[in-house]
Amino acid sequence: MDVVAIVLTIITASTPLLLAATGELITEKSGVLNLGVEGMMLIGAITAFAITTITDSAVLGVLAGAAASTSLAFVFGVLVLIFLANQVATGLALTIFGIGLSALVGTGFVGIALEPLPKLDLGLLSAMPVIGEILFGQDFLVYLSFFMVVLVAYFLSKTRLGLILRAVGESHDSAHALGYPVLLVRFLAILFGGFMCGLAGSYLSLAYTPLWAENMTAGRGWIAVALVVFGTWRAVRVALGAYLFGTITILQLHVQGWGLEIASQFMSMLPYLATIAVLVLISRDGAKIRLNAPQSIGKVFTPSR
Amino acid sequence: MESKKTFGLVVAALAIVLVVVWFLAQKKTDEASVSETKIGFVYVGPIGDHGWTFQHDRARLEVEKALGSQVKTTFVESVKEGPDSERVITKLASTGHQLIFTTSFGFMNPTLKAAKKFENVKFDHATGYKQAENVGTYSARFYEGRYIAGVIAGKVSKTNKIGYVASFPIPEVVRGINAFMLGARSVNPKMSISVVWVNSWYDPGKEGDAAKALIDQGADIITQHTDSPAPLQVAENRGVKGFGQASDMIKFAPKAQLSAIVNNWGAYYVERTKAMMNGSWKSQDVWYGLKEGMVEMAPYTNMPDDVAALANKTEENIRNGNLHPFTGPIKDQSGKIVVEAGKVAEAGMLLGMNFYVEGVQGSLPK
Repeated sequence: MDVVAIVLTIITASTPLLLAATGELITEKSGVLNLGVEGMMLIGAITAFAITTITDSAVLGVLAGAAASTSLAFVFGVLVLIFLANQVATGLALTIFGIGLSALVGTGFVGIALEPLPKLDLGLLSAMPVIGEILFGQDFLVYLSFFMVVLVAYFLSKTRLGLILRAVGESHDSAHALGYPVLLVRFLAILFGGFMCGLAGSYLSLAYTPLWAENMTAGRGWIAVALVVFGTWRAVRVALGAYLFGTITILQLHVQGWGLEIASQFMSMLPYLATIAVLVLISRDGAKIRLNAPQSIGKVFTPSR
Repeated sequence: MESKKTFGLVVAALAIVLVVVWFLAQKKTDEASVSETKIGFVYVGPIGDHGWTFQHDRARLEVEKALGSQVKTTFVESVKEGPDSERVITKLASTGHQLIFTTSFGFMNPTLKAAKKFENVKFDHATGYKQAENVGTYSARFYEGRYIAGVIAGKVSKTNKIGYVASFPIPEVVRGINAFMLGARSVNPKMSISVVWVNSWYDPGKEGDAAKALIDQGADIITQHTDSPAPLQVAENRGVKGFGQASDMIKFAPKAQLSAIVNNWGAYYVERTKAMMNGSWKSQDVWYGLKEGMVEMAPYTNMPDDVAALANKTEENIRNGNLHPFTGPIKDQSGKIVVEAGKVAEAGMLLGMNFYVEGVQGSLPK
């Protein structure tokens, strides 16, 4: 059995989850629950695919995918921050809207195949067995996903801006009283979440399975949302959860191929079970969870009060 | 209080819009029904799946092409199986559609219920087993195509290992796996199949991952009973061979697709529509295959000429009835003979197939 091949597959399976979850983490830390991840990912996926097909440039495609998803997040931001719409309902609507709109836009792109996103090639370095392939042979979105985890972890715990973001998510009234621009911070956090979902969607349609098919996210957006909660709003744990989920998803497919006598239905369930179990175990300290959870999440903020 | 008021206004406005739209739609359908015959289609998935529903919609367009302005077709896509589909079917029946095709197994009971309420409307239900005076059923012998694919795989494979990405362990899928295995073993007794169940009809990412896992374990032929082109695309990128599913997927794998088992419902839909229009429509239960053109093979590509010739010959033999894929001796995994030499598996065994034949690895999930 080829461990390198398995690891490579695990990375591709985990990256879209990681990208989307990192974005959603920032959004939720600011006190906004955006359940539109699935819809934004789909919009990102079809836009990236369409633009890459038309312009032949994957970079333009990814940028367009991220931009399209960000603009959907913008709409969400306007609705929940300015018109004070219910966040859960608006997020759900965003997902349903994203599924429909991406299908509509995508009708002309069904049945087209693309070259997968180019991989990094550092010559000798990438040609090294095992390490070379894994460390120096990925496409740029994979590196970006790791960079973003580190960046977000650092931003949240070590920077002043991160502190403000957390304060806004913790108690918007106090943050407002201290003079922080609550709505602006939340708006930016929502846009960042949209941007990351766009990258996740682009990764799906350009690298993971380089094709467009309706509803191709197949629930990955919801898993990203769940990972943020089970990772108790900590960037590194969320990343761990994403990789754990990806790893077990892939391993269960291999185990089936080996012909072990375990019910395949159970195996399909395993990634969910194991991820929840592990994340609950490592963060079972109730007090700490309450510390990490943004207290104002989902609550409407009206500055006049 | 303010927001409640706004909410009320929004709801009222929406209600008015809905009523107007409904009224307009109603008017339009009334006008249409005067001159045209209306045919309805209910799909389980999105047209854009490039698989099952895609092919049904292609057939719908063929009906429009063949009968031109005499017919008007309507379709409803992504209809959930179960109670909600009854609402959709009833709606089609009550808006002047005279023939309705319901194209997924799970629409069976809702179709029958709607048929009881609308005795003058004809229904054709795909892949079901219950008929009524005004409900016919139709299905395709996809296993014929899978047998040919198996023959090709047996000739082309170097590792003697086939990777099979499967959806759910229902008889239809198990029958496909077994037909593939029998085809492969008919030319190369060393062939084996590894099956990975993804427990979904449609999840491109997971289907692709399953194909990767199978290739990593030594399979050099990938075939699938799921709906997206992802597994075949993985085969293309990894430099192994594979087969398209439901529609010709050569665009996704110009170097890897050996052939594809294509579902072609067009001729049947045209035939049934014509029958309904001239009054000869009768409830029936058909299981069409290569012979009737409901199952077609995409061009045999990326293989040596002698293999393509053998595939053509196998196809011909199945078409003219000289060869039935499930002809004995057939052994199950334990080596027990389940179909005697020279005999053909009975319809009951085919319809309810719940065992693997010899050569398939692992055990069948129950």
